[in-house]
Amino acid sequence: MPIDAGLASASDNLLFAAVVAYVVAMLGYFVEFASGRRVPLPIAGGATDTALPPSYVASVESASRRGRLGLWCGRGAVALTVVGWGLHAGAAVLRGLATDRVPWGNMYEFSSMVCLIGVTSFLVLLVRQPVRYLGGFVMLPVVLTLGLASSVLYAPAAPLVPALNSYWIKIHVVAAMTAFGVFMVGIVATLLYLVAVRLEARGRGASRLPAAASLDRVAYRTIAFAFPIWTFAVMAGAVWAEASWGRYWGWDPKETWSFITWVLYAGYLHARATAGWRGSRAAWVAVAGFVALMFTYYGVNIWIPGLHSYSGV
Amino acid sequence: MTATLSTSPEEREVSPRRVRPLRRAWGQLTSMRTALLLLFLLALAAVPGSLLPQRNLDLLAVQTYYAEHPSLAPTLDRLYLFDVYASPWFMAIYLALMISLVGCLAPRIRLHARALVRRPPAPPAHLSRLPAYRSWVTDAAPAEVEASAAKALRRWRVRSYDGRGVAAERGYLRETGNLLFHVALLTLLVGIGIGAAYGYQGAVLVVEGDTFVNTPAAYDELRPGRLNSVEDLPPFEVTLDDFRATYLDNGAPTSFAADVRWRPSPDDAVRPRTVKVNEPLTVDGARVYLLDHGYALHFTATLPDGTVIYDQWQPFLPERGDPNLASDGALKITDLPGGLPDIGLRGLFTPTLGVRQGFAYSQFPAAHLPAFAYEVWAGDLGLSSGVPQSVYDLDTSKMTKTSNGIVFEGQTIERLPGGATLTFDGVKDFAVFQVTVDPGKYLVLGSAVAALTGLVLSLRVRRRRVWVRATPTEAGTLVEVGGLARQDPEAFAPEVARLAERMGGPP
Repeated sequence: MPIDAGLASASDNLLFAAVVAYVVAMLGYFVEFASGRRVPLPIAGGATDTALPPSYVASVESASRRGRLGLWCGRGAVALTVVGWGLHAGAAVLRGLATDRVPWGNMYEFSSMVCLIGVTSFLVLLVRQPVRYLGGFVMLPVVLTLGLASSVLYAPAAPLVPALNSYWIKIHVVAAMTAFGVFMVGIVATLLYLVAVRLEARGRGASRLPAAASLDRVAYRTIAFAFPIWTFAVMAGAVWAEASWGRYWGWDPKETWSFITWVLYAGYLHARATAGWRGSRAAWVAVAGFVALMFTYYGVNIWIPGLHSYSGV
Repeated sequence: MTATLSTSPEEREVSPRRVRPLRRAWGQLTSMRTALLLLFLLALAAVPGSLLPQRNLDLLAVQTYYAEHPSLAPTLDRLYLFDVYASPWFMAIYLALMISLVGCLAPRIRLHARALVRRPPAPPAHLSRLPAYRSWVTDAAPAEVEASAAKALRRWRVRSYDGRGVAAERGYLRETGNLLFHVALLTLLVGIGIGAAYGYQGAVLVVEGDTFVNTPAAYDELRPGRLNSVEDLPPFEVTLDDFRATYLDNGAPTSFAADVRWRPSPDDAVRPRTVKVNEPLTVDGARVYLLDHGYALHFTATLPDGTVIYDQWQPFLPERGDPNLASDGALKITDLPGGLPDIGLRGLFTPTLGVRQGFAYSQFPAAHLPAFAYEVWAGDLGLSSGVPQSVYDLDTSKMTKTSNGIVFEGQTIERLPGGATLTFDGVKDFAVFQVTVDPGKYLVLGSAVAALTGLVLSLRVRRRRVWVRATPTEAGTLVEVGGLARQDPEAFAPEVARLAERMGGPP
């Protein structure tokens, strides 16, 4: 398996261009967010067609020019996100062609793929629901992760180590990356929900964030979508472990932490239906789940020796 | 009820007059809040096992930890912190969780079974008060309206209440999936238990050219299940012909393969096969995995009179964490004639020798420049004392060091104690195979598939109720469609609108 150096460096350049596009998109989203009109908070009971107070109408009128600039920034940001996504996907494809294997064989490539899936799920969500306000907050971790991945975690293009050379890398790792990418959007919505709950509790008249209840719905939907995929990833990992190491479960640190992640997200789904746990307490469980997920991937690979250590730091 | 995955969405109501303490305890244990706390406790309890070395994963690491923290380690050990996943407190948590689960599931299965046979309930008096509502006036007779409603609700469970309207319900699979998921978790645990009780796991080191016969004595390490006496293991044989490893120029491995010949029993014909890292050999319910590899060295020792006192392959164990396979090992030459002392050699084998600041190390994992950096000891090896000792190291407490040096393949060490000479004849690969039998694994796999199916159903299926009523009025027949959504209520209004359209209502 010779490595095509030309393709490999083209892939690196495409990824750099993608990061630039994402950064500009992030700024665009934030400009729109900052200049966005403040939405009156729903009064308990949720009536939406109450008459708007005159002061609010005036503030909307005075902000309308600013609002138009923001609108165009937001639309441009979406366009740039799509461009960045294309470059990012191109980088992944070229990396795969350069090495003649799947482009998720080490931490650098995995991080990049998780971000690609995170951006994908944000774009899919955007088509179905008006969630452009999430854009900047999704781009921020994406840009940070890609920055860290291509500096600290960067690994030059190379073939797979033997332990990874199995068709299960297409099944188990794709599922894990997909779940991770979608959970990433989920944690963004969850954190914004927690902020919105605080603002609403303080009785602030208006917030640029949408209502906490609607953020909670976005968070729940993404997490409820990702959770079965994560379940499948853990199960597929167990099947691969059985084929590779002779046991489907052995409490290897990676297995343990993916189990902890699973239990915490399962706890989140249950907490939402338990008296006394609904609302922000359930959201904190989701935050704990995401922290465990991060540790499952980064913490275990970097600090704990185990059977997954070959993933390459 | 907004239950998503819950097993007990509402705290059970117990009438205060008749509460008995046992009943109350049972109610507490099977309450959702307790289940949630147990779930978090389980996650928390799993953490220390990933941070401290565990006996089931790495015995040596536990011993190292003991050596490094002599005062702390025994305390941790008393708390089972080196056997977290087999510890009584870990088991207590998941058993409590399982009991709580059973307690939740049993009544819910009964309730759901009843709901499955029962027809949808009668329409409420005022459909317009329901969260989703459409109405229009049509020329069709009430009976025709009901017929078209039944057609539009083809995939729903429909019941007609004479004169009072049509009731329809869908989404029963949500609760079915939810129950399936939780029951499958229980059977999964049973599968794990069967594997732990009746399976076994063993590891064996096979040098190229040697044959492994599946008997308990042949294993270097054998861990039988609690109820498995490993008396009659399947009588298969595996001969390692050739172990092949390929590496990149930087020493990173790209492939491992073991060419073997095997047969299910001594009466069968031998078949060739290549075992690779992700491609085990399956024989008689046992799986044979390629787990590890290393080098075995051949030495011949001769006394001055020509008597051969040592002639064998000795495996050397790769040092932990060295990708270039520098390996430790020892040679033990005993029972020498004429009252000569035992001779022991120990040292480092390097597949490709490099020397850095006077120390030997390995530059590359393949055997390009095999060399043995050794120490020679003479005295009493202590083999006759009956105390078991490692074949990879010497007990030098009753020995003295006589010389040291480096010898390359093909070279001879002269002037051993007693005038003996020792020739480093050759290097071979060895492979470590793991043999695993797990009779519970198919139950585990089936349960996992069922759990996943149930999970997807319980999260994706939405439960809805719709009622249709046709009332004759002066202007024509008034058709009313009202609905109640248990999940995703925002998406329900357009669904009801579409239903109404299909019944001939206005778009």
